[in-house]
Amino acid sequence: MPTAKVSTFRPDLSIVQPRRKRFSAERILPPLILFPSMTAILTFVYIFILITVWVSLSRWGTLRIDWRLRDPWFATYGQMFAMPRWHADLRNVFVFTILFLSGSIGFGLLLALFLDRRLLGHPIFRNIFLFPYALSFIVTGIAWRWIFNPETGINLLFDGLGINKWLTSIGAAPFKPGWTTDPSVLFSINEALGHVFPEAKSISIHMGIPIALIPVVVAACWQLTGFAMSMYIAGLATVPNDLREAARIDGATEFQVYTKVVMPLLRPVTVSTAIILGHVSLKIFDLIFAMTGTGPGFATDVPGIFVFDQTFKATRYNLGAAASIVMLLLVALVIVPYLWRNLRRN
Amino acid sequence: MPIYVMVVTGLKQAQNVSLSTMWHLPTQLSGGGFLEAWRRLYPNLGNSLQLTIPATVFSSIFGAINGYIFAKWKFRGSNTLFALLVFGMFIPYQSILIPLIQFLEQIKLYGTVWGLVLVHVIYGLPICSLIFRNFFANIPDELVEAARIDGAGVVKTFWLVMLPLALPAFVVVGIFQFTNVWNDFLFGVTILPNPNSQPVTVALNNLSGSFSVDWNVVMAGAVIVALPTALIYILLGRFFVRGLLSGSVKG
Repeated sequence: MPTAKVSTFRPDLSIVQPRRKRFSAERILPPLILFPSMTAILTFVYIFILITVWVSLSRWGTLRIDWRLRDPWFATYGQMFAMPRWHADLRNVFVFTILFLSGSIGFGLLLALFLDRRLLGHPIFRNIFLFPYALSFIVTGIAWRWIFNPETGINLLFDGLGINKWLTSIGAAPFKPGWTTDPSVLFSINEALGHVFPEAKSISIHMGIPIALIPVVVAACWQLTGFAMSMYIAGLATVPNDLREAARIDGATEFQVYTKVVMPLLRPVTVSTAIILGHVSLKIFDLIFAMTGTGPGFATDVPGIFVFDQTFKATRYNLGAAASIVMLLLVALVIVPYLWRNLRRN
Repeated sequence: MPIYVMVVTGLKQAQNVSLSTMWHLPTQLSGGGFLEAWRRLYPNLGNSLQLTIPATVFSSIFGAINGYIFAKWKFRGSNTLFALLVFGMFIPYQSILIPLIQFLEQIKLYGTVWGLVLVHVIYGLPICSLIFRNFFANIPDELVEAARIDGAGVVKTFWLVMLPLALPAFVVVGIFQFTNVWNDFLFGVTILPNPNSQPVTVALNNLSGSFSVDWNVVMAGAVIVALPTALIYILLGRFFVRGLLSGSVKG
């Protein structure tokens, strides 16, 4: 059988599409236009970070600038990690992050679900809950500081509601927490840790939940639950109704529709929200600064404030720089995987 | 709820303010607190405006240009560049404070409002570019193709085709940046050490820390500081939400 010869037909497209010249405007303009912004970012972000790393390793610990490296070069970090205040900072930022994330994501999800079920009148409530996001952390900090003042504030509310009267009548102590002035730490796990790491016994601060952090967590949740709620509302909107209908037809109860269909589909939203809120909480500074400062016994100190204090008040620049680099590493741990996944997809 | 506390306390007279009466409505409405707060915060309000408006305008412009390029004119390596850019949005600003201050001192912009504007524009580049880029990505590429066939180059396409379409995005970015810059505290307090030129967030914090000031003034001050962003939120709320979401949820 004669084989048909397939001629390789290559139409000359240059008549239809002008051949892009190597140096045409279209090829160099885009990178050129981006050049200023990228240089700015390159400098102001990356080069500055490198400079800060250098500072953290240098001898610059007083007002007089000294760029020489310390000997051993990691001495500042060693110093820092030996400070009880730094231990408190790390504990606080972790505790804060965990509580804050659970609170804001939990409530955000709940609120979004309520709105989804039309349990609350739709647009108005969404706007009310999102409103605090528009405020400065300073404003929030100040207002909540006032509310949580242990002399009165919320405690007065408890009085007014008759809770304390009832408590004293049954012989219990009245419920008047010291809130931000209370240096005690709940659920201290130093003992437990001591069984695992013998060195843990020498940690001078309690590893638990400082009571003083709770008002801060409440304030932060108040401010950012609306954000979580918005993310969930958007996420819920992408759950196709047909899917829910199909589940119902298959005999699922409303509750099952939610737990087996909707929630798994919301998982990416939860991850995104957790990462964004997580990185905010690791960096937190304004809110705590305005609300409590460092707190009794460093109960509310966080690395953000530590950097500020060391750099601007104590002029121990290398210590401040070291702390900020640790902050950066913590944030990067959270953000880089997220960015990697998201930008790969695009 | 705290908003209630803030507004109500601000309206109370000085004598009536004490922590024990916090939850009660003011027995006598008094604007005294607000007047005092206004008097003290007034110059700083001007600083904040002087800072926020240029910063927002420039951020939007650069963000739009960058977003346009990243969305429509991809070249080899542009995705990596974009990733580097966006990472800049997440860094803790504490980690670049020290070199930043030195740099500003070198170019004689330390302690000036324009220095702070520059800072906000640069560090706002990532988020603004991100929002614009997501926005432009949703505009069909065919439009760019059509413009190119009509003979328009990179710049002309932007100017004549993209910009008019981008107005909603400008509103979103404008609102978002305005809120961020207005509410900022860290850069304000570290770059402007002179209380006279500090933005209003820093001034408010100082106000609340000083012992000679009554709480009703502080609360009134908080209300005043919160007002611009609150107003923007109330009037243009849906753009706000769009800004939030387009910056965070991808795809």
